Amino acid sequence: MLPTRTDGPDYYHKVVDCQWACPAHTPVPEYIRLIAEGRYSDAYMINWKSNVFPGVLGRTCDRPCEPACRRGRVEDEPVAICRLKRVAADNKDDISGRLPPPAANRNGKRVALVGAGPAALTVARDLAPLGYDLVVYDRDAKAGGMIRSQIPRFRLPEEVIDEEVGYITGLGMDVRLGQSVDSLKDLLAETYDAVFIGTGAPRGRDLDLPGRTEAAANIHIGIDWLSSVSFGHIEKIGRRVIVLGGGNTAMDCCRTSRRLGGEDVKVVVRSGFEEMKASPWEKEDALHEDIPILNFRVPKAFTHENGKLTGVVFEVVEAQYDDKGRRRLVASGEPDEHILCDDVLVAVGQENAFPWIERDIGLDFDEWGMPKVDEVTFQSTRPGVFFGGDAAFGPKNIIWAVAQGHDAAVSIHRYCQGEDVHDRPPPGFSLTSQKMGIHEWSYDNDVSNDARFRVPQRDKVESLKDVRLEVELGFDAKLGFAEAQRCLNCDVQTVFAEPLCIECDACVDICPVDCITFTEDGDEEDLRGRLKAPSLHPDQDLLVSKQLKTGRVMVKDEDVCLHCGLCAERCPTGAWDMQRFTLEMTHATSMTGGGACQAR
Amino acid sequence: MTYLAKPRLHHPSLSPNDLGFTRRDYEGSVSTLCAGCGHDSISAAIIQACYDLNLPPHRLAKLSGIGCSSKTPDYFLGASHGFNTVHGRMPSVLTGANLANRELIYLGVSGDGDSASIGLGQFAHAIRRGVNMTYIVENNGVYGLTKGQFSATSDKGSKSKRGVENHDSAIDLVSLALQLGATFVARSFSGDKAQLAPLIRAALAHKGAAFIDCVSPCVQFNNHSGSTKSYDYVREHNEAVNRLDVIAKRAPIEVDYAPGTTTTVTQHDGSVLALHKLAAHYDPTDRIAAMTYLAHRQAQGEVVTGLLYVDPEASDLHDSLQTVSTPLTALDGKDLIPGSAVLAKINADLR
Repeated sequence: MLPTRTDGPDYYHKVVDCQWACPAHTPVPEYIRLIAEGRYSDAYMINWKSNVFPGVLGRTCDRPCEPACRRGRVEDEPVAICRLKRVAADNKDDISGRLPPPAANRNGKRVALVGAGPAALTVARDLAPLGYDLVVYDRDAKAGGMIRSQIPRFRLPEEVIDEEVGYITGLGMDVRLGQSVDSLKDLLAETYDAVFIGTGAPRGRDLDLPGRTEAAANIHIGIDWLSSVSFGHIEKIGRRVIVLGGGNTAMDCCRTSRRLGGEDVKVVVRSGFEEMKASPWEKEDALHEDIPILNFRVPKAFTHENGKLTGVVFEVVEAQYDDKGRRRLVASGEPDEHILCDDVLVAVGQENAFPWIERDIGLDFDEWGMPKVDEVTFQSTRPGVFFGGDAAFGPKNIIWAVAQGHDAAVSIHRYCQGEDVHDRPPPGFSLTSQKMGIHEWSYDNDVSNDARFRVPQRDKVESLKDVRLEVELGFDAKLGFAEAQRCLNCDVQTVFAEPLCIECDACVDICPVDCITFTEDGDEEDLRGRLKAPSLHPDQDLLVSKQLKTGRVMVKDEDVCLHCGLCAERCPTGAWDMQRFTLEMTHATSMTGGGACQAR
Repeated sequence: MTYLAKPRLHHPSLSPNDLGFTRRDYEGSVSTLCAGCGHDSISAAIIQACYDLNLPPHRLAKLSGIGCSSKTPDYFLGASHGFNTVHGRMPSVLTGANLANRELIYLGVSGDGDSASIGLGQFAHAIRRGVNMTYIVENNGVYGLTKGQFSATSDKGSKSKRGVENHDSAIDLVSLALQLGATFVARSFSGDKAQLAPLIRAALAHKGAAFIDCVSPCVQFNNHSGSTKSYDYVREHNEAVNRLDVIAKRAPIEVDYAPGTTTTVTQHDGSVLALHKLAAHYDPTDRIAAMTYLAHRQAQGEVVTGLLYVDPEASDLHDSLQTVSTPLTALDGKDLIPGSAVLAKINADLR
């Protein structure tokens, strides 16, 4: 097998599973260490730079990092990365002095941003310090987009949104709230150098079933209803509520209903409980609030009497799998079920809607009505018009919108400077030895044996009384420290230097997880079969050395390495070293006006 | 050395043996030896061997003397009995313990200073009496704890780290053990666990005095170009006469080597050793041939390793002394003080 190439940023980046999995590539272990040190403001700023909304995401992120977390492969549960982010946000000092100052010089370029959600606000944050004149349009009365309209207050308090949206709008931009853009053609006719469209996926899917029109008064579209609750237009719901759908919006709908007078609230889903789209922890939270989730039930009709909704009829189905493992829902033969209710919330998906974009302006749409957008540059087929967030590739999560916003901002910046948007500087990276002394490292390498800590919650009776009362109390400093110590510091890399190795086996003997093997060379499959401990995850890379003095090679399976540094401590010659990997993502702010890569 | 304890977390596939213990359960506290010390590899091999043998940790006693090597029993088998004796006196304490309780498995761990200098007499007599034990010498040819003086096993003509030549003849513990009547003699290298761990397993299963001389480089003081106990030197001059491939207890053996290249030896306890021959015509059951072969190869500067000699029908000290099969420690007052009638009978026999 060829020796592993570690000269680019990718090899070691991939070892940091959480950072690799995060769409914005937030340096997770780095900020977790800062939390453990009590340097909350520093931890916050690292997040702010990468993901723009640490306080929001620390409560609401879909956390792609956590299923990826190495700790979850060594023991039962990953590090509570998401909620640690909140610890930084909750405990930081006033950071306003650390935000970029308003641009000293205007660069003479004007950019319009349509929508004031996470994607557009990220673009705004990246472009404002460079001197762009930004105009942000949003149909709602307050900025924040779906962060504000769809996430219930008991999960995300308004102050947090106001604060983090404020950090961005405070950078200097013209925010025009309550102004929806009704024609892109008209907007383009104004003097903008570029337009960014981050209008999200604003349309909730409806269910066209018998009785839908007759009982319309008590059938609500989930995201619209949530938005009305958020803006204070709706304050009550019936006693018996059925929520249709199995995603996170459904979870928000049912839990909100419990707080607005719903005593008998049920979630009914077509699929099985396990296949539901909602995150496991959101399902758990719903169940905790005494909301049953009934699965394998397909809604057939809304029943009504005298123009008033009385319930929903469901067909009971079961899952069947064909040879290719594809699932089909077929009638189980059980009689239909009629569940009585006063209100129904429909949360069966969201769609994009672009009625305001004319189809004759050189901006192409695909057969599903989605704009054709370049996956790297986020530019549409009309030069100068960029998309990002849910508006670009359909509904995803906040963190994806942020990541796309960063990339779109790079494109807009290059476009406005007359540069090729495809020519993008690669991310920068560095490796720094953490050695301080014979047994001293500049990170805490003593691996904690603690199991994952639970986030303290407010008492259920109390929290169900008020839709604006936050349920999760967050880790306090002590719990936050203990949870932070569970992080394995995967960014502190085991770097191997062949010429120094004397093949004494010290690293093999000390490694608590048996990840190091000295053996004869072979191809990858062969090597994986001969490791000291079986290779359980072929998607996890092998670090393979050049040939050593005895003709053998060193093979390290990165899979469950604890990054404890004991290999390096036991190495007599320093062939192993623990080096901290840092990645500098390419943001618009890290490039100079001319587009060249600024010295980092 | 390391200040941190080895993390408890382990590889998810780490499997328990027949007793329900994982390999990690046979570990001890974390080593305080220098980084890269060969002794740590020997500890790892002992851990592996005990795990493979399904050995209940409380049935084993580990004894040692003084020196770097003699510190190591702290670093393996944390749940076994241990006795850290005075310098060079491990063999007599082990002999005493063995006489008192023949049911334990005895593992003596010593070094070249402990066994070839201050304890040479003790070593010799424990071996010649045939004490049922596994005696491992972690041989680095240097006094590491006192910063690198030559030990009694340093080869004549080899050099110290500072370039001083050794003028004294070396004591070869393997030759001594063969001459003194050890019934299991092996030599191995800390840098070759694939060879070492099976040898330790076989030695632990052997009834009688089993001796393993294990060359174990001292990275700090004796791993330089003038040394004959360095990683490089041993790797270049290592001549393995055989490789112990299979150790099975009363199980049919299938070894897929060409006929005539494998020797099987059935030991007293029923364990079967399958030896893959690497040196043609080497017969590990012929003591005199082994001594001759060793002398020849040693003169060429080779380090002969492998299972050099085994007497599968060996007897031990308890056989010679005809002690009762019950451990002396388990005898009760009635057996130990049979009463005046028995005394009178013995006295009558002697009149």
